[in-house]
Amino acid sequence: MPEHRIPASDPLKTARENDPRRDLYPGYDVLSKRDGPSWNAMTREVIAERLSIGPETHHFFTDDEWPTLKAICERIVPQPPGRPGWIPVAALVDHKLHAGERDGYRYAGLPEQGEAWRRGLQALDAEAQRAFGAHFHELGDWAQDKLLRAAEAGALTDPAWEDMASDLFFKQRVLPDVVKAYYAHPTAWNEIGWGGPASPRGYVRMDFGRRDPWEAAEAKPGHEEEARRANLRVSRW
Amino acid sequence: MRLPGTGNAADNPQERTPGDDPRQVPRAGNGRAPNVMRIGAWVPMRQYVDDDEVDFVIVGTGAGGGTLAAKLAEHGFTVAALDAGPYWRPLEDFASDEMHQSKLYWTDERIVDGENPLQLGSNNSGKSVGGSTVHFAMVSLRFRPDWFKARSLLGYGADWPLDWREMWDYYGEVEQTLKIAGPVTYPWGPKRSRYPYRAHELSASAKVLARGAEALGIAWTPTPIATLSAPRGDAPPCVYRGFCTLGCSTNAKQSVLNTWLPRALKAGAEIRDLAMVGRIETKHGRATGVHYHREGRWRFQRARNVVVAGYAIETPRLLLMSASSEFPDGLANSSGLVGRYLTVQGNQAVWGVFDEEIRSYKGPPSLAITEHWNYEDRGKDFSGGYCYMSQGPLPTLWGKTQATARGLWGEALVAEMQRYNHVAGLKVVSEYMPQARNRVTLAEETDQYRLPIARVTYSWCDNDRAMNRHALAFMRQALEAAGGREIWDQENDTCHLNGTARMGDDPRTSVVNADCRSWDIPNLWICDGSVFPTVGGVNPSLTIQAIACRTADRIKALAACGDLSGAASASPKRALAWAS
Ligand SMILES: Cc1cc2nc3c(=O)[nH]c(=O)nc-3n(C[C@H](O)[C@H](O)[C@H](O)COP(=O)(O)OP(=O)(O)OC[C@H]3O[C@@H](n4cnc5c(N)ncnc54)[C@H](O)[C@@H]3O)c2cc1C
Ligand code: SF4
Repeated sequence: MPEHRIPASDPLKTARENDPRRDLYPGYDVLSKRDGPSWNAMTREVIAERLSIGPETHHFFTDDEWPTLKAICERIVPQPPGRPGWIPVAALVDHKLHAGERDGYRYAGLPEQGEAWRRGLQALDAEAQRAFGAHFHELGDWAQDKLLRAAEAGALTDPAWEDMASDLFFKQRVLPDVVKAYYAHPTAWNEIGWGGPASPRGYVRMDFGRRDPWEAAEAKPGHEEEARRANLRVSRW
Repeated sequence: MRLPGTGNAADNPQERTPGDDPRQVPRAGNGRAPNVMRIGAWVPMRQYVDDDEVDFVIVGTGAGGGTLAAKLAEHGFTVAALDAGPYWRPLEDFASDEMHQSKLYWTDERIVDGENPLQLGSNNSGKSVGGSTVHFAMVSLRFRPDWFKARSLLGYGADWPLDWREMWDYYGEVEQTLKIAGPVTYPWGPKRSRYPYRAHELSASAKVLARGAEALGIAWTPTPIATLSAPRGDAPPCVYRGFCTLGCSTNAKQSVLNTWLPRALKAGAEIRDLAMVGRIETKHGRATGVHYHREGRWRFQRARNVVVAGYAIETPRLLLMSASSEFPDGLANSSGLVGRYLTVQGNQAVWGVFDEEIRSYKGPPSLAITEHWNYEDRGKDFSGGYCYMSQGPLPTLWGKTQATARGLWGEALVAEMQRYNHVAGLKVVSEYMPQARNRVTLAEETDQYRLPIARVTYSWCDNDRAMNRHALAFMRQALEAAGGREIWDQENDTCHLNGTARMGDDPRTSVVNADCRSWDIPNLWICDGSVFPTVGGVNPSLTIQAIACRTADRIKALAACGDLSGAASASPKRALAWAS
């Protein structure tokens, strides 16, 4: 049987408990590699287009629907306030719907994606008014989460849902659309330490614990400064 | 060494050609098609007008259709191969971006239902010249011989009308064509000659599989895979960029787009991109050609033979949409089986966290594999088999999986996602049972071409569930033995659709015969994964290509003895005349 270390405690887990969201890859900015051999012209073009979408840009959702969507996105993928490179999650969801980019399938119990979103936002707002006497986006985190959990459990039944089950809406529309929007953004890539676009150069070091000099260096506890220095050099490769 | 200025990926030009969008304007035409191996280059292409009665019009240019187009053209037949998708230039059109690259998938609307509705779109099939092989993960495996006689030898599913020894030869042909990189000796099944190119270096995620297998005392091997481990012509070796399921932008991947189709063009076939076939026309019991939508209007291509190769959903959809007074239930459907026996493969996974950095985004996702449970039948409480492989999900797919398969959102999700670089997983490709109730039908709703969209109905049977349990439990042990912690199961994933126009020996229980020729309409052929009576426990594309090679040889043989009744017999001179 091959050897592997079984640590007494899980360093990653302990770190997470102290600070649920550490700066695990300090100084890493995947965009610093944009003009190097890891990005081809097409990649530069599509990422530039994504970065040009502002947090308030919306063409598909109405001004009534917009604050509800923004509030939902904040609960599904919360962002640390003040972090540079704010991810315009709601605007990215809007962008998908406006551009008519489809997934290629939908459950028989769901209407077409645009219709599902409109109906779902309206229904969540109606549920908020009924339960708390306020709009969804006016509620605090706790109340918003409570409603979202109820949707997830399929327990919401305001007539505004019509024949759409709230759990199908939550699991088939809200989660995939919102989560994919967040993790399609370079700021999220920095957060999780993904190497990023890599054509044509690719990667060389494939083994356990090996990192190419153009990949993100992870900050091991107590060695944050080393990681920061390595990450600042990433673009020079 | 690659020199700048040779027109390959290493040149990495700063700008793209502006205004050149193959989704809007067809690229194949004016006597030329893209040379996909070189930036901005073209190759000459023979072209037919709609009134030319070509020997074969092929609907779909993926694993089945693209392979067949090359082989038939090389046998001297006139061939026009139509695809609804664009003609991509991988070196110029492919971004390293998950969201953007969803342009490769078939994302036109479909409805899913049944007890276990399928995930389609990115999980399913492509809409590109080259078909799904443009975004496939390149795993290239042979069937276990007994699977071709599953009913008689193993007691489940159905027998194929094919002999495994014949298939073994065709597998060899496809492996040579794609220069499969694989191990010197393969641990399972009958002897095969060594793979043309050496196996790839293992990634950490592949080594996790190896560790687990060794700990449990079962065999494993580097995966035979269709990406180059050494240069080949204009194609460079794999650079381990890890975007294989989103389109390889270096051309290391040996897809139908950059292997069979250049051969097809050279042999005189026409490839027609952005050409959506909506109906096959028949007259007096024979197919006469296809109606297709291109550049904003419907046109009709005459043909002596029609081949449908549109993937397991579009193939039955087209056959059903082509219903006429002569064939009110759709074409080739006297058995009532068109669209039935849709058989997918299980794709459940186990995931765990490792102390070491894994960074599984590097390299092709599935560099190591074990087929142990495809060849070992003892200790199973189910019929059929499975293999499992290492994995390498990219960020948006990984985020979506955490949210939808595991129910994580909010702080729990973003915190878990920070462990991305420490995660490894094992994912199964398992053999589900063919069931008549799993099927493709036409829905009321229509698409952008005003054609009825497909409804895909799917439910597991008890055997499928037993296989899921076995595979998940076994993979969990293996991952644990490899050092994985906090292991969780991804239970509801499937892949690889097949079986909606199955082949067989009996017209009452199958749609086509061993030659992929429909029983009902002698000049209508079906050549893609739809013809599988059972799916086996390995990824299907090598088998689809092997069947296409065989079909082309059979058609040549049938033509030579006048059995194509109406189809022109091979005349190599005619097909090659354009090139001189
Ligand atoms: C993400 C992913 C990874 C995969 N990885 C692997 C792997 O590692 N190994 C493996 O063996 N398999 C893999 N597969 C599966 C494999 O790609 C398919 O099984 C195989 O390509 C199917 O071949 P086909 O000929 O049936 O259809 P396809 O290759 O999908 O070709 C069908 C073509 O027909 C066209 N078409 C359909 N209808 C029409 C119409 N009406 N008019 C005109 N054109 C039409 C489509 O545009 C498409 O280009 C993977 C699939 C996916 C989605
Ligand atoms: S890992 Fe290899 S095959 Fe996959 S996209 Fe990169 S170069 Fe292509």
